[in-house]
Amino acid sequence: MTETIRVENVTKQFTLRYHRTFKQVTVAMMKGRRISDTFNAVDDVSFTVSAGESIGLMGLNGSGKSTLLKMINGVMRPDQGNVRTRGRIAGLIATGAGFHPQLSGEDNIRLNAAILGMSEKEIDRRYDEIVAFSEIDTKFLKTEVGHYSSGMSARLGFSVAIHVDSEIFLADEVLAVGDRPFKRKCLKKMEQVRDSGRTLFYVSHSAGSVRRMCTRVLLLEKGQLIFDGDVDEGIKILHYDEDKDENEPDTDQDQDDEELGNDI
Amino acid sequence: MTDAYHARVEELPWVDPAPRNGLLEVFRRRYLLRLLVRREISARYSGSFLGLVWSYLNPLSQFAIYFVVIGLFLQLHDNVPNFAIHMFCGIILVHYFTETFNAGTRSIVRNKAIVRKMAMPNEMFPVASMLVSLYHVGPQVVILVLACLGYGWVPDLGGLVAVLLALAIIMVLGTAFALLFSAANVFFRDWASFVNILSNLVRFSVPMIYPYSIVDERFGSIAQYYLFNPMANAVLLFQRAFWVGTTDHPEELARTDLPDHLFARGFVMLGAALVFLVIAQMVFSRLEGKIPERI
Repeated sequence: MTETIRVENVTKQFTLRYHRTFKQVTVAMMKGRRISDTFNAVDDVSFTVSAGESIGLMGLNGSGKSTLLKMINGVMRPDQGNVRTRGRIAGLIATGAGFHPQLSGEDNIRLNAAILGMSEKEIDRRYDEIVAFSEIDTKFLKTEVGHYSSGMSARLGFSVAIHVDSEIFLADEVLAVGDRPFKRKCLKKMEQVRDSGRTLFYVSHSAGSVRRMCTRVLLLEKGQLIFDGDVDEGIKILHYDEDKDENEPDTDQDQDDEELGNDI
Repeated sequence: MTDAYHARVEELPWVDPAPRNGLLEVFRRRYLLRLLVRREISARYSGSFLGLVWSYLNPLSQFAIYFVVIGLFLQLHDNVPNFAIHMFCGIILVHYFTETFNAGTRSIVRNKAIVRKMAMPNEMFPVASMLVSLYHVGPQVVILVLACLGYGWVPDLGGLVAVLLALAIIMVLGTAFALLFSAANVFFRDWASFVNILSNLVRFSVPMIYPYSIVDERFGSIAQYYLFNPMANAVLLFQRAFWVGTTDHPEELARTDLPDHLFARGFVMLGAALVFLVIAQMVFSRLEGKIPERI
């Protein structure tokens, strides 16, 4: 198989700062309290991914999923270990694209696409397609993105990212916002990505859509990779199946996604 | 079809997804830089009614204040022929530098929405700030040229070299400072306030509201240290290009109000600025790894 991502013993350490101002720091030091603390957001994680695989990255909130994705797409650098990738990487981190709130939708599309590595010509060619997919009214495209609803900017972000020709697509909780018809559309588009042989990285809390989308599951817990393998087994380890009976609000969401999964 | 795809991917090189080539990468991705510059031009005064006009009101108001206070009240300009031109040469360059420095320092923090989620060389932002400020220099130079022509000034080749050298010094120096402080500002916002104080100092460290001859006269041998300041050299080069030529006795003025070996000093300063830029880039690269998490 052709490998596209290599993650080797990657560790990312975050520093917590309890006190930020000069006054707070001096007071804390006089009282002998700690002024900072560190923890490993991602702790010695290794795996490789091949082209055509679609990985479901799962774990509870704060388990290091987004940090791991940020290192794969190059926003963050690991403190230890190596990340190596092949080809262009596109996608969404933590439900949204990197949009500038003071820029119009149109400017943001171009800027975002250019950052992802598209050339001017490529962008011109794809522009209409991107707008059409996002289903955002052209009159809003002249407005600042800061005034968009969260669903609207998520739609625009997804639309830009999915239209970039990339070898690796990262989708971090893309379906957390957005209405049902759009979710369905996104899932369908991601299935196309998966079937075209590109590498898909999918972060989700919904067992249903992971089962539909993914061929392999990675489980993170407190920054450590505790499972790497079969989808059903991974979901079982995370107890997301049991959650359905215990946790009311989750049930709705889960069933919703389950249905969505079946729709496709 | 998938086999063909695999074969194509197999050809692609393994890379570190985080951009690592700093400023070199910035100039390789010119389309992105152009987009950023264009959007900064419109964003710098977003939500303001006068917009771009502020870029001219700012230096013009400074010009008016200094002209009235220094010229009319303190009567310093009696000894300096065409004092307005003398001062405007300084104001343009000082304003270019301080605008680059101030906007550049804030540039990364201001773009945090992008920095947090998109992988791109973060050097882009301070460089874009410098280019936006350069964009504002153009019309000011046009005003200066028109004023000089009014005084019967004739352009010369040496003057053109002086202008380009002066601008190059400030471009490099401004980028270096912006780079250094834009990263520092992510960690502590205090730096932006500190930069404000520094830019106030710059105004008085160049022969703008006083002629260079005063420095030479009053400080004697210490005057040579005054010329260690690249900004002062740049302003003197601008005065060589514009101001000297507008006066009645340019040769004499060049002797009293410009230092010796003006051009040689200018090139040395440009070299020094380039060295400083390399150091700034090295510091930036060390700090950069922590920027996305601390912003």
